[in-house]
Amino acid sequence: MQITMTVNGDSVSREVEARVLLVHFLRDVLGLTGTHWGCDTSNCGLCTVLMDGQPVKSCTVLAVMASGHDIRTVEGLASGGTLDPVQQGFMEEHGLQCGFCTPGMMLTARALLDKNPDPSEEVIREAISGQICRCTGYATIVRSIQWAAAHPAGSSQAETPAADPASTDTAEVSV
Amino acid sequence: MQIPAAFEYARAESLDHALQLLAEHGEESRVIAGGHSLLPMMKLRIASPEWLIDINDLSELEHITEDGDWLRVGALARHVSLLESDVVVGHFPIVRDAEKTIADPLVRNRGTIGGSLCQADPAEDLSTVCHVLRAELVIRGPNGERTVPMKELHRGPYETSVEPNEILTEIRWPIRARSSSAYTKVERRVGDWATAAAGASVTLGAQGQIEDVAIGLTAVGLDGSTATRSQDAVRGQQPSEDLYAEAGRLAAEDCNPMGDQRGTEAYKRHLADELTRRVLRTAVGRVMSNAGSRG
Ligand SMILES: Cc1cc2nc3c(=O)[nH]c(=O)nc-3n(C[C@H](O)[C@H](O)[C@H](O)COP(=O)(O)OP(=O)(O)OC[C@H]3O[C@@H](n4cnc5c(N)ncnc54)[C@H](O)[C@@H]3O)c2cc1C
Ligand code: FES
Ligand code: FES
Repeated sequence: MQITMTVNGDSVSREVEARVLLVHFLRDVLGLTGTHWGCDTSNCGLCTVLMDGQPVKSCTVLAVMASGHDIRTVEGLASGGTLDPVQQGFMEEHGLQCGFCTPGMMLTARALLDKNPDPSEEVIREAISGQICRCTGYATIVRSIQWAAAHPAGSSQAETPAADPASTDTAEVSV
Repeated sequence: MQIPAAFEYARAESLDHALQLLAEHGEESRVIAGGHSLLPMMKLRIASPEWLIDINDLSELEHITEDGDWLRVGALARHVSLLESDVVVGHFPIVRDAEKTIADPLVRNRGTIGGSLCQADPAEDLSTVCHVLRAELVIRGPNGERTVPMKELHRGPYETSVEPNEILTEIRWPIRARSSSAYTKVERRVGDWATAAAGASVTLGAQGQIEDVAIGLTAVGLDGSTATRSQDAVRGQQPSEDLYAEAGRLAAEDCNPMGDQRGTEAYKRHLADELTRRVLRTAVGRVMSNAGSRG
């Protein structure tokens, strides 16, 4: 059937089978492979995207159910060549190792900071509690989100230009 | 990769439209609300409906409204709305206690109270909450509306008295003076189902005695989730630690848990005892502190 939704600000229309999950629609139909996909059983939170600003597990939403809604993926975090403070925070505070959980973690962080710009550590830990990270032990993820809270978009420190992927890697190593 | 079997999808535009779609497509059609129980089952091919009727656009089923002696909650109210509602926690702190422990924040953004009750999983926390609060359920079908008490909703595990051509539309909780409630759950980690959990609601009389009480237990094989003998032991008595201990002892005796990866039978009986004491203590304490704060 024909579905239309907003993905990262752009309206997209596609013909899909009703049984296609949102995660596969984003990855396989739209080619937005930044949304990761892990357990397949609604447990790991790797597939998290924002639906109307709220983090949801895209492996547990049908693409047809997302029709008419506003979807934001990790590809939509940076804007106009500027990294989102959350992305910057994950670089500054080593919020990732393998990066598998990172897109989902960053989207949840964005949604949290939009609602509560100055969350306590407890509130941050609660917000990411549905998402599993096998690498970091969460401590650096919490610090990354705290960094983003302390450097909201528009403040001078957050105005770091978005680097291309290669130099992003270097930036991380050089800290 | 888990993908559901093929099905047809229709999005309902109103409650009447949803009922009409269910009537049209018959027994092989299923309502989908948050989809956080149904989709995982469809991905495992435990469920393979031919038609999914999506009710997520029915904003008329999202309300949380105080109406005289009742709090009326639309079947489509999400876990997150119940968790964050001040009017809900004001009258029924048990709901926030339970919601904090249900699944994880992402699941709570989608899952609904109606879906939880209609799923009828014996480990569903909101079922116990609704038993303890003596909820009434409003069900709409082709022949109009009917209201059933919570104890008549579940026919058994995964089976409800909501017929295939019907929709649960509203959950009603009676608001009572000098009353409060509590829920507590033991889980292995965030997002896990209960190893065991207990809920209680109490009403205190003018002399401070427990005038009325409801005690429910989750995931320990208690018939109708209700600890009947514990309730009888407590009703009419002055609250005390000895009384809570007696209620706990009876709950542990009366439940019928199965040992599994979450714990042994003996451990779950121990939890039934301890958690029953805790929820009674907390609920009574809450009534007293409410009374105190109102002078
Ligand atoms: C990882 C994970 C962990 C979880 N942990 C817990 C937990 O700890 N405790 C807990 O209680 N729950 C838990 N849940 C379940 C969660 O609460 C679900 O949201 C809930 O069981 C189903 O709600 P839903 O709106 O998603 O229902 P759906 O999946 O949409 O529907 C479930 C069933 O109810 C029917 N249905 C839905 N709405 C209606 C209606 N209005 N009228 C008639 N029939 C209807 C559907 O046809 C279907 O048969 C967990 C779920 C997941 C994925
Ligand atoms: S892939 Fe969606 S929760 Fe794990
Ligand atoms: S960085 Fe590897 S899973 Fe989180």
